Order: sequence, then structure tokens, then C-alpha cells
Amino acid sequence: MASVRLENVKKVYEGGVVAVHNCNFEVEDKEFVVLVGPSGCGKSTTLRMIAGLEEISEGRVLIDGQVVNDVAPKDRDIAMVFQNYALYPHMTVFENMAFGLRLRKFPKDEITKRVQEAASILGIEEYLNRKPKALSGGQRQRVAVGRAIVRKPKVFLFDEPLSNLDAKLRVQMRTEISKLHRRLGATMIYVTHDQTEAMTMADRIVLMKDGHIQQIASPLDIYNGPANRFVAGFIGSPAMNFIEGRIRKERSLVFEAADGAIRLPLDKIQGRRLADHVGKPLTLGIRPEHIHDAATSPRTMASWKIKAGIEIVEPMGNELYVYFTTSAAGRQYVARLKPDAQPEVGASFGLAVDMGKAHFFSQESELAV
Amino acid sequence: MTVRSKRTALLGRFLTHAVLLLFVVFSLFPVWQVVNISLRPGNQLLSTSLELIPTGATFENYVRLFTEADFLRWLWNSTFVSLVVTVTGVVFASMAGYGFSRFRFAGRNIGLLSLLTTQMFPATMLLLPMYIMLIKLGLINSYLGVVIVYSATALPFCIWTMKGYYDTIPVSLEEAARIDGCTHFSAFYRVILPLAAPALVITALFSFMAAWSEYLVAAQILQDTRLWTLPLGLKSFESSMSTEWGMYGAGSLVVMVPVVLLFLALSRWLVSGLTLGSVKG
Repeated sequence: MASVRLENVKKVYEGGVVAVHNCNFEVEDKEFVVLVGPSGCGKSTTLRMIAGLEEISEGRVLIDGQVVNDVAPKDRDIAMVFQNYALYPHMTVFENMAFGLRLRKFPKDEITKRVQEAASILGIEEYLNRKPKALSGGQRQRVAVGRAIVRKPKVFLFDEPLSNLDAKLRVQMRTEISKLHRRLGATMIYVTHDQTEAMTMADRIVLMKDGHIQQIASPLDIYNGPANRFVAGFIGSPAMNFIEGRIRKERSLVFEAADGAIRLPLDKIQGRRLADHVGKPLTLGIRPEHIHDAATSPRTMASWKIKAGIEIVEPMGNELYVYFTTSAAGRQYVARLKPDAQPEVGASFGLAVDMGKAHFFSQESELAV
Repeated sequence: MTVRSKRTALLGRFLTHAVLLLFVVFSLFPVWQVVNISLRPGNQLLSTSLELIPTGATFENYVRLFTEADFLRWLWNSTFVSLVVTVTGVVFASMAGYGFSRFRFAGRNIGLLSLLTTQMFPATMLLLPMYIMLIKLGLINSYLGVVIVYSATALPFCIWTMKGYYDTIPVSLEEAARIDGCTHFSAFYRVILPLAAPALVITALFSFMAAWSEYLVAAQILQDTRLWTLPLGLKSFESSMSTEWGMYGAGSLVVMVPVVLLFLALSRWLVSGLTLGSVKG
């Protein structure tokens, strides 16, 4: 297996459109890194540059310490799983999986052994003589993964491989790919727009937007310490609530929303950290799970209560998504409450914001402060 | 299903079949006429009889075709020229179409438009400039001359056909092949070309037929009777004083046979949908 390093990698398309700006990151040996971001953020382009399917306009890509900018895809010792499977329709499953090995002139016995081995790992032994058109979506995706693993490449690349599967199969394949990573001990780079996939599968996440890397960190570090407002809003479902306002100095430091409808005292640690930002326009970010039913919230949250006008209640079974506003023309926020809470649509309901878990972002730079 | 809707469905099916039958009769009537003429004794073109098989039917014209005329030589010449044009058409169109489909290069759009424009000129208009070119190249009275002209006139259509088909094959298949160990060219012939079989068949048939049944160009270029192709040979049955209609009919039918056989042999490749299952769709 191997490491992958990107140094100031840039992609400029015809007409001067910059798809990826100075991309720098390193994927260590045996690491599972997920490139995540909204459509058009440059994640697939970055992956394709690593694969050699896209020319690199500037910068260098190194695989195992070797610069591969001018190395053909076939000579990079990588394997890639495509979003649309990209199975060869005129070949059987066996031939699809053996194709790369045959091109590399592996002995017949070795090819059969490797294909059988991969097929047994993926549970597709009984389909080896079928053509791709005779397989279901999930089976096709398994074959695509099988085609990658038989070659035992240095690096595995996945380009949104689960996007075409239904929700249940996606969850199943997600865990299977994670298991495969552990089993093979392989270096994997995985592209997705689905933050759940990123959170559940990655050792580290590279979060991108408009061709720029926003943050590189482990899933929990990204979740608990987003580098900026975009990252905070992208990771987490339902998304983080944002409240524009300022910190005022009263007896203690208090965050006051721009419309005055929310006033929340800062806890001591935050107070010390944000003392320099008093009076400056800030955005408070609070995740839906950090807003609680005031009636059952711990006593420590007594001073962080707000009055909410309930607009929509979505019972999910194990929890409630409660959409509310704090003023007549105010923005809608969402809270994730325990299922025994009883908010009524159209009525006023007491909520408690866990300010210990709040995030603050500069309104000017959008960076976390 | 109610009785009324059953009746409507039945009427619909009847009308569909009636219309189809009409078209079949319309298409097959000229063929039947030629069969009829070729089987008539003597040299009769016109007949008011509607008999399926003419009275006194004989294969005499077919025997004479192979014994009295140089038919086998024309057949060989036509086969040779047509096969060379077919191979040329398939080789060049498959690669040019791929280039136009997959790569973006200077002159791509102009190239495609130019190919299309050549199809708008009638063959008679191109005859003189081509004739002059072939004289200068010393290719009059040679197979190479007709092969060049036939290929040049058939290629634009074939390139467009191939390009259109390649456009429907996902690029990710080549990309997967290139990662699996193919070069750009080997990805083309190992993965894309087998998938383009239906388009290749159409290209091959078109090129073959363009050469097999062509008369006008051949008549100008091939003046030596030993080089004559089938259409020139058939035309030789017609003279200023009389026409050998029986042999003409028999020859026409024999000329038709290889094309029909070719269609039958290649028909299974004409079915599209070979790419089904390769990608999510």
C-alpha cells in the first residue's frame, strides 16, 4: 500500500474556469480519506487528477513518494470504482474482474484464484458467469469493487460509488466498504456528497467548497470543531442553526440576536475566549441536538431558556424534529428533542440552548472564533 | 376488458396488419416482376399476365448468364471492390468517429460540418472533379480509383454514424479500462469497439452497398471490360438495337443475393442495447 500527496494542485478548465485551487493534503498509508462537499466543489476532479484521468494544470501529485503527473493511469497502480459502475457489458462478471490481471499478463491460475477470492469476499461467486445486465444495482456495484480489489493496487479510489443505490443498500454497502478497508488494510480515497457516508467511513475528512479545501480533520473533530460556518452547516443533519447577533457586555457577556429576540449568556470558558469580540458582529451556531426541552433540561441550562413559536413537528420515532421561530418575522430554527417532549404546532414552547456546545463565527470572514 | 374495447382493439390490429400488408405488397411487387421476367422464355419485358410464375417458365436465362456472359468476372470484381471499400470504411470511420466523439480539438466542429456538407452534393456534381483528380493520379481504369471514390463518398455518412453511436457509450468505460491497464488506443479496441458492433455493422453494410450497386462512377473510371463491376456488366445487356431483358432480370436477382445474405447474417448485430447493464441507467 502507499501514501498519496497533493502539493498545490490546481485544475483550470478551458475558458479559465478554475475547478480546484491549490489543493494540499496527504493521505497516509492505509488511511481512509473522504473528500466531501456539495456538487461542483471539485472533489471528483481532485480524485480524477489522482487517477490520471484529468490533467493537472499546476502542482504535483505523488503516489508513494513518486511524482505521477505525467504517468498514465495504468501505470499508477491504482484502482477506481465509478459512480455508474462502468462494468464492461460484453464481458461476464469473471471477465470483468479478470480484465486488469489479464492485461498485466498474470498466469491463468493466479487470475482464477484472485477472482474467486474477491468474489467470495463480496458474495458474488454465483454470478461469475453472468453478464452485468443480468445483475441488480447492488450486485453490479459489488462487481465494480471486486474488479478493483483483485488487482491489489497501491491506492483505491471511489467516486461516489453508492449514489445510485437505494437507501437501504447504501447503508449495507457503506459498512461493507468499511469492513473491506479494515480487511485489506488499503489506502482509500473516497468521494461523496453525502456527509453521513463521510462521517461514518472516514479516518479523515477533506471538506471542499468551490474548489477550495475548507477543513481537513477526523469526522468528530470536524463535527465538534468546524473551521468555518460552511463546514458547520454542511456536516450534521438536520443542519446547524445559525443566529446573527453580537456579544454585549452586561454583568457577564451575553449573546444577543440581531432582532433582539434571543439573549443568551455565555458560559465562563466562552466568555474568556470571546472577550475580544465584544460588540463585533458574530454568528452563533448551535446544533439541533443541543437545544432541549426546557421543562426537562438540566439546571445548568436555567439561564439559557428561550420562548419558541412551534411551526412544524416531525416525529421520527426515536426523536422529534421541531421547527420553530423566536420572533414573528424571524428565521426558522430546528431542535432535536426527545420523543416524549410535547410541543404543539402554533403554541409557545420553552426550549433550552446548551451554550456550552455553541459555536461562534465571524460574520466578516465566516471563520470560527 | 369490455366487449366494446375488445372490438376496438381487434379493429386496430386488423387495420395495422392491413396497412403493413399493403406496404409489403408494394415493396415486393418490383422484385416479383424481376423474378417473373427472368423466368420468361425468350426476351419478353412486358406482359399483362398476373401469373405468379409465367407460363413456360425456364432457368435458361440463369444458365446463359453464367455461360454466355462474363458474369463470374464481374461478380469477382464487384466483390473485391466492395470488400475493400467496406474494410476501408469500417477502419477509417470507426477511428475518425471515435476521435470526433471523444476529443476536443481545433477544427473539430468545422470538420464535422464539412463532412455533413459533402453529403449535400449530388454524385454527378462530384464526378468531373474526381475524374480529373484520378486522371492526374493515373488511377483511371484501376480498382484503386473506384475504391478511393467510393470510400470518399461513403465515409462522411459512416463517420457520423459511428460518432453518434460512440456518443451513447459512457466515457467511464474507457476510463475504467485505462485504469485497469489499457492505453487509450487499447481501451478503444478492447472495450469501445466491441460495444459499437451495431454501428460497425451499419457502417459495413452501407459501405458495401455503396460500392456493390454503384454504376455512375464505375462507368467513368472502369473502361476496360475486364475490370467491370456487376452494374456495368448488367448494363452491357442493353444495346442500341435490343435489350436482353431475361438475362438482365436473372443478373439483377443474382446481384441481390449477396446483399440479402449479408443483411441476414448481420441482422443480430443490428439490435441495439448491447450496452445495457454496463452503467446505471
